[in-house]
Amino acid sequence: MIKRLISFCTVVFGVLSLTFLLIHLVPGDPVEVMLGESASLADRDVLRAELGLNQSVASQFGLYLSRLAHADFGVSIHSKTPIVELIKTRYPATLKLALLALLIGVGVGVPLGIYAALKAGHWQDLLVTIVSVRLSAMPAFWLGPMLMLIFAVWLAILPVSGMDSPSSIVLPALTLGFGLSAILTRMTRTSLLEVLNEDFIRTARAKGLTERQVILRHALRAALLPIITIVGLQMGSLLAGTVITETIFSWDGIGRLLVESIEKRDYPVTQACVLLVALSYVVVNVLTDLLYRLADPRIRLGQG
Amino acid sequence: MIKILAYGILLFWLLAVVLGRLFQLDPNQIDLNAILHTPSAVYWLGNDDLGRSILARLLHGVEVSLLVALSVTTVTMTVGVLIGLLAGFYGGRVDHVLMQVTDVFLAFPGILLAIAFAAVLGPGLLNLMIALSLTGWVSYARLTRGQTLSLRDRQHVLAALSLGASVPRLIGKHILPLLTSLLVVEATYSLASVMIAEASLSFLGLGIQAPNASWGAMLRDGVRYMLVAPHYVLIVGMSLMSLILAINLGGDSLRDRLDVRQEAD
Repeated sequence: MIKRLISFCTVVFGVLSLTFLLIHLVPGDPVEVMLGESASLADRDVLRAELGLNQSVASQFGLYLSRLAHADFGVSIHSKTPIVELIKTRYPATLKLALLALLIGVGVGVPLGIYAALKAGHWQDLLVTIVSVRLSAMPAFWLGPMLMLIFAVWLAILPVSGMDSPSSIVLPALTLGFGLSAILTRMTRTSLLEVLNEDFIRTARAKGLTERQVILRHALRAALLPIITIVGLQMGSLLAGTVITETIFSWDGIGRLLVESIEKRDYPVTQACVLLVALSYVVVNVLTDLLYRLADPRIRLGQG
Repeated sequence: MIKILAYGILLFWLLAVVLGRLFQLDPNQIDLNAILHTPSAVYWLGNDDLGRSILARLLHGVEVSLLVALSVTTVTMTVGVLIGLLAGFYGGRVDHVLMQVTDVFLAFPGILLAIAFAAVLGPGLLNLMIALSLTGWVSYARLTRGQTLSLRDRQHVLAALSLGASVPRLIGKHILPLLTSLLVVEATYSLASVMIAEASLSFLGLGIQAPNASWGAMLRDGVRYMLVAPHYVLIVGMSLMSLILAINLGGDSLRDRLDVRQEAD
């Protein structure tokens, strides 16, 4: 446990360092890039002092860390609002989208995987497998426009983009959740098929349980572990996917904020968004780890 | 059957690019009378928002995309394999430090880090390649390190070591050759993923810049004009799907042929 904690801390520290260093990768003078060449000297100096760029790199890093410890992400150069405020309004939207996508992924993927495993070898299995394997390779920026074309333009049953109506969330959530559901389908199928060959399943059948009880109570429980792991690992691509998906559907979340800040060369906002998404991912991974152990009491650290 | 289809699609695109070059299709030629036109006899796949031929731009885009994918894969594979070999072969502190670094890179989900790098470096083809290279080496390093770690203690390596073989010889002659098929398969998949990453960044406006053609940017324009000219986004989308599917299918068949076991580390 302590070992995990140390590695968690080093990763967080590494993420902080890397996002901090980002601004130093800007070719030339970041202040000039942000303000444009026409900015006055006084304006430049103000911004430079504000970002702490006139100090040594080490003390800049110290300042950066201590500000973050106080939940101070700095101020947006473009809108002059504190970045914390921007995040407060944008992050819930992303969270909502990601959670719904997760729900779709699990809600579609797991049942479909069970179905495919029960029909193993039949055409239904083959169909499900081919579709899930092949379509999961398709990126969000492909799937999004295609769904938009079908449901918003041709069928005209869902809004094209924006956040105006409650149904606006459907297409972006589908886009995000689709990849996850495809991977979960495959994973559930494989995992369940493996478990179904185990002795305890034969015992369960032998003692006269119904097939439904065998599958739901015995097999699925044992097959759950790899599924949880995959969900955790996939949360990463889900979070990264929000950047693209939110841009496609004009969904005002963190991802879109990131893209907007890049377009406006608002580096402090960019930095904050990158940091926030990366940290969310790290936290999700830790949670997955904990959940994993809850699902299987055999796994104790040191062994697992 | 599926294999033939995959190679067929790849061959088709290759042929199309060559023919496009031969007939000197101009991706930047503007025809103001054909703005957002549907496919016609002159423009087989129709026209984009500036009246440029979608076909010509697709072919030009796939060329650039392949160029990016090939160069990025070469760079990331070389660097990643080297780091992985070092970490796996020497173990101990070297391994620990290098793996901590890869862990930090892996803490950024998906293409987020590439987006961040591309954002600070600024748009453009070269910066795009730098951004993708800076993030792409990690998977190779992980893969190589895991394999090297297990190969290091194999009998034939120990035998060579006891006969006095130098470290470069041990790595080059006794470890690396056993990794090639695995790396070839990995490279195929990473070609597809770099192409996707390039298109994603271009879609976000961080990659290849106008007037140069890129499938990602075309898809974004397609979305913009979806209501008036759905054929644009549809054609680009279908092309993209065919290419990515074909490359992944090709990777699968290569994996089966080279008999590479997929091992999780």
